[in-house]
Amino acid sequence: MSEPVLTVENLSVRIAGLHILQGVSFTVAPTGVTVLLGRNGVGKTTTLRAVVGLTPRNGEVRGTVRMGAQSLLSQRTHRLVRGGLGYVPEDRCVFAGLTVAENLRLAERRGTRPAYDRVFALFPELDRRSRQRAGSLSGGQQQMLAIGRVLLNDNRLLLVDEPTKGLAPKVVTEVAEVLERVAESVPVLLVEQNLAVVRRLARDAVVLAAGRVAWAGDAQELLLETALTRSLLGVGSAEGHQPAGPATDQPVGSATDRVAGRRAAAASAPEDGS
Amino acid sequence: MDAIILLTLTGLGLAALYFLVASGLSLVFGLADVLNFAHGLFLGVGAYATWWAAGNLPGAGPDGLGFVVAVAFGVAAGTLMAVLVELVLIRPLYSRTIEQVLVTVGLSLAGVALLQATWGADARPFPRPAWTREVTSIFGAQVPNGGLLLIVAATLVLGAILAFLRWTRYGLIIRAGVENREMVTALGIDVRKAFTLVFAIGGAAAALAGALGSVYFGTVSPQQGGSLLIFAFIVVVIGGMGSVVGSAYAAVAVGLLQQFVNYYGTSGLGDICVVALLAVVLLLRPQGIAGKAVTA
Repeated sequence: MSEPVLTVENLSVRIAGLHILQGVSFTVAPTGVTVLLGRNGVGKTTTLRAVVGLTPRNGEVRGTVRMGAQSLLSQRTHRLVRGGLGYVPEDRCVFAGLTVAENLRLAERRGTRPAYDRVFALFPELDRRSRQRAGSLSGGQQQMLAIGRVLLNDNRLLLVDEPTKGLAPKVVTEVAEVLERVAESVPVLLVEQNLAVVRRLARDAVVLAAGRVAWAGDAQELLLETALTRSLLGVGSAEGHQPAGPATDQPVGSATDRVAGRRAAAASAPEDGS
Repeated sequence: MDAIILLTLTGLGLAALYFLVASGLSLVFGLADVLNFAHGLFLGVGAYATWWAAGNLPGAGPDGLGFVVAVAFGVAAGTLMAVLVELVLIRPLYSRTIEQVLVTVGLSLAGVALLQATWGADARPFPRPAWTREVTSIFGAQVPNGGLLLIVAATLVLGAILAFLRWTRYGLIIRAGVENREMVTALGIDVRKAFTLVFAIGGAAAALAGALGSVYFGTVSPQQGGSLLIFAFIVVVIGGMGSVVGSAYAAVAVGLLQQFVNYYGTSGLGDICVVALLAVVLLLRPQGIAGKAVTA
């Protein structure tokens, strides 16, 4: 098996006295989409933010995070990003007062040629709306801008946090299609609540519960095991449906069956699933 | 009618002075979240450096090109001081608000004490070109040239800052950073360079305010920066943190209100009205004229 692109070992994060991550360990494969799942508040976003160095200053991070041989936790965020760690945050975080073109221009890096052709091929809408203020875009267009901004440069790994949150079903499908195409060339660590998107994109899954890894393995196998998804995600069945948290199962294009028949050992037993 | 024109133009002169101090303060707070109580020190350094240069620096003097050289020296000194303060004192304290306040208040007090110890506590006559002591007749009103000079300088500074923010890469970074500093970092940009830059811009504008304000008042004193800083803070809050245009509007409102109320009411009532205006803005529009609303 090829070397993982990202290795997280015993990651613990404490913020304002709360022990949010308690020794999380997992790896991200060098190809395809690895999805980080779990109910609300289990530490999915905290994990991504710790990897990219955005834990608040009153937070404490321990453990090891490596991208290839490079240790990440001691480095500043802008250096990690320049080193090929692309980050698309939850809620898009586009600069509302700047135009689409300015948002993209901000992501340009000195000494490299920005891949506008790649971005506009994926999101032709951004080209058409380049002079429009980002704050006046729809949620889906803002998400495209947030992803496009990261794709302007070459990356070794993309961290994408809930890209379909709050979007209309049609836009969810578009975003999933884009991520599927992106994942053909760069590995993606995805936080996602929409299980239909997970079913379509994810090869591997890591499930967090109460700040620990409760399950890790083949994403498609996870989704087929009703009892497991019910206990870990609060979903009634793999096909279906509303969990206790905001996870949804909106249909997304045609689901691709990628059950590979392999399953990694769970890093630890499920906690309580609550 | 003459009185109204005179009050309007002297009010705009005062507004120009407030704007020069407030613009940098606003940018620094908007981008770096630093409440810089030492900003008045940059003004004092600019004023005293100009005063010193006019009498001692070769090529500088109280008139003509020599005066321009003296002011340029004062602005350079204020800028250098601002950059040093950011690099040495503020940079280790980002995200530590209480320590920032303690350090900048302490620096402000120490700076005034140092100026007093070096050149005395009393106001000193400020060397200035003869034409700045004269007046210009505008629609019958005799308007001091020193005030007109401030208006012209503040207008040029406003235009230069807006052009910088609109057309340069660092301007783009600063505009984005005022909205979401963390996301700027997450795009691979070292936002600390932008912090230093806004301190430099703020220091330069404050130092220019110190030099030209001293021309307007005819004297320079160690307490000058501190008293102007109070009104600059009010202007920043009314205008909206991080908005240069908001600061310009607010400065005009505060300057005109002070002048008209002090003239038609009693002396000092204008200052009270300015504080009342601040209270009204905070109640009705806490984010200021051009500031962003804080959302959950």
